Amino acid sequence: MREIFRPDGGTALHLGVLIVLFALQFALSDYHHINIARIMVLACFAMGYNIAFGYTGLLSLGHAMFFGAGLYGAGLAAQFAAVSGPGAFVIGLAAAVALTVLAGAVALRTAGVSFMIVTLMFAQAAYLTIYYFGEFTRGDEGFVYPDAMRTLFGLELIEPTVRYTVAFGLFAICLIASFAVARSGLGRIFVAVRENEDRARMLGYDVYRMKLLALTISGAMAGAAGAAYGLLFGYVGASFANIEYSIYPLLWVLMGGAGVVLGPLLGTLAMFYLVDVTSGFTTAYLLVVGAALIALILFFPKGVLGTVREKLGARGARWLP
Amino acid sequence: MDFGPYFLLASLEGAVGAAVLAVTALGLSLVFGVMRIVNVAHGEFFMLGAVIAWWVASLIGIHPAIGFLAALIVSPLIVGALAAVAERTVLTRLNYDPEATIVATIGMLYVIQQAVLMTYGPDARPVQPPFDFRIQLPWFGYSAYKLFVIAAACLLLLGVWWGLTRTRIGLMMRATQFDRETARAFAIPVDKVYGGVFAFGAMLAALGAVLVVPVQQAHYLMGHDPLLLSFIVVIIGGLGSLRGTVLAAVIIGMSDGVISVFFSPTLAKIIATLVVAFVLVWRPQGLFGERPA
Repeated sequence: MREIFRPDGGTALHLGVLIVLFALQFALSDYHHINIARIMVLACFAMGYNIAFGYTGLLSLGHAMFFGAGLYGAGLAAQFAAVSGPGAFVIGLAAAVALTVLAGAVALRTAGVSFMIVTLMFAQAAYLTIYYFGEFTRGDEGFVYPDAMRTLFGLELIEPTVRYTVAFGLFAICLIASFAVARSGLGRIFVAVRENEDRARMLGYDVYRMKLLALTISGAMAGAAGAAYGLLFGYVGASFANIEYSIYPLLWVLMGGAGVVLGPLLGTLAMFYLVDVTSGFTTAYLLVVGAALIALILFFPKGVLGTVREKLGARGARWLP
Repeated sequence: MDFGPYFLLASLEGAVGAAVLAVTALGLSLVFGVMRIVNVAHGEFFMLGAVIAWWVASLIGIHPAIGFLAALIVSPLIVGALAAVAERTVLTRLNYDPEATIVATIGMLYVIQQAVLMTYGPDARPVQPPFDFRIQLPWFGYSAYKLFVIAAACLLLLGVWWGLTRTRIGLMMRATQFDRETARAFAIPVDKVYGGVFAFGAMLAALGAVLVVPVQQAHYLMGHDPLLLSFIVVIIGGLGSLRGTVLAAVIIGMSDGVISVFFSPTLAKIIATLVVAFVLVWRPQGLFGERPA
């Protein structure tokens, strides 16, 4: 523990980011206030993805099902069993973890491109299952998260300040967890699995179990983000379990820097505001977003922070685990 | 109701889908197999092929057959040229890094989709089939054009197979796929091969689209399904195996047609996607792939 949170530039930088994000709520206009809350929740989703993809090298195309499991786990519990905030969150999280372990145990029998397709197919099956039970889930149309259930220990999650603080709390937990994983021995084993599976096996690590563990942490963060998204923003719909929501975390992580703790936040933030700003002055915003993505990746082939870390050398590895 | 006519109709519809899918997936298979990159924009090349086909056909407008023939030539050429430019200006600079390529091709996907939306618009538009008559089958008449699609796709696949196995260029492509470094040592211009393969892959997608556009209308969002299906087909068939890609396209395309006629669509789709997943769990290298050493 002391080794992980040792007083150095890396710890200071991440603490600084948390302080800035917390303080930001007092300076933001209403519009950006809700945007940043949303970005922090989505960044949790991306940070989860980063554990699997960035650190362990598991390119999944099915993370939408974990986000969706959290979202629907919480949403359905609130809608049909009148479970309030904390209970619904735990149910969503548990649903996501259970699904991750189940899907992961099977999918991890494959690797590389086959793993991509198997996770993609599982996620498609999960997405279609939401439609199959359309009577309860309302399919594409979705349903409004019951307002009466959007409470957390007596606090109203509809209140902007509460919403922002809860989003920040979840974000802080996920960021600190990612930071701890990245700096711990566990994170190094994950990286070893990513870099050379055979060698990690030769060193005596159970590669399959390590991958399953990484995927479970990843799915738990994705599910927590999904449950929180429903609770905080009040809508549950099948579109969040669609393939786009498996591609988004991949894109955010790649943009910000895969295998960098702060990468997912930067990627989510950049992508969100790229779309937000450009759609403000042109209807052809996707053209600008697409061109920006291409330009960005040409200048930062390893994502923004990944490339910065590479440029900084040893100092980069300390500051940006 | 009789089972026979339904089954025949379902198989025919499935075969048309499978034929187009095989051509499109073959393009992705070549790019994926030779260059080892995931081209997320492949579906957009398909869509571009369809939209250009509509544009060419409506420009010419003398007789549907002439318009269609012109589209069959012009559309793949334009799409291939665009792909070549994209490859030269972006992908080469990324050194075909698999992860950076994903981001870059997602960028291309956005750019192409938006550019088509701005010029072509949000409407779905049909292209007239080059000929319009029905062939009488035992129970019903069936569009001759759809049968032509199946035949044309078979011809195309044979042509690609011939090119890959019997020509010098094909040999270069296979050598590059097998071992990039050794190929370079034997003075094979690997860079040019990459550029050519990327353009050719896009041209195959465009060809598939031109074939399908008289049956299914051209629309700026039509690239989504072909991308996903091609991607699945390539992996199920086995990376780098053209035989596998074609066989997987036939299996998936046919079963898609048959399932959608006989079963409740959602449940059938759930089962079909799970079957695909478990085929890969059972054979991670795909049906015809080589087990990695």
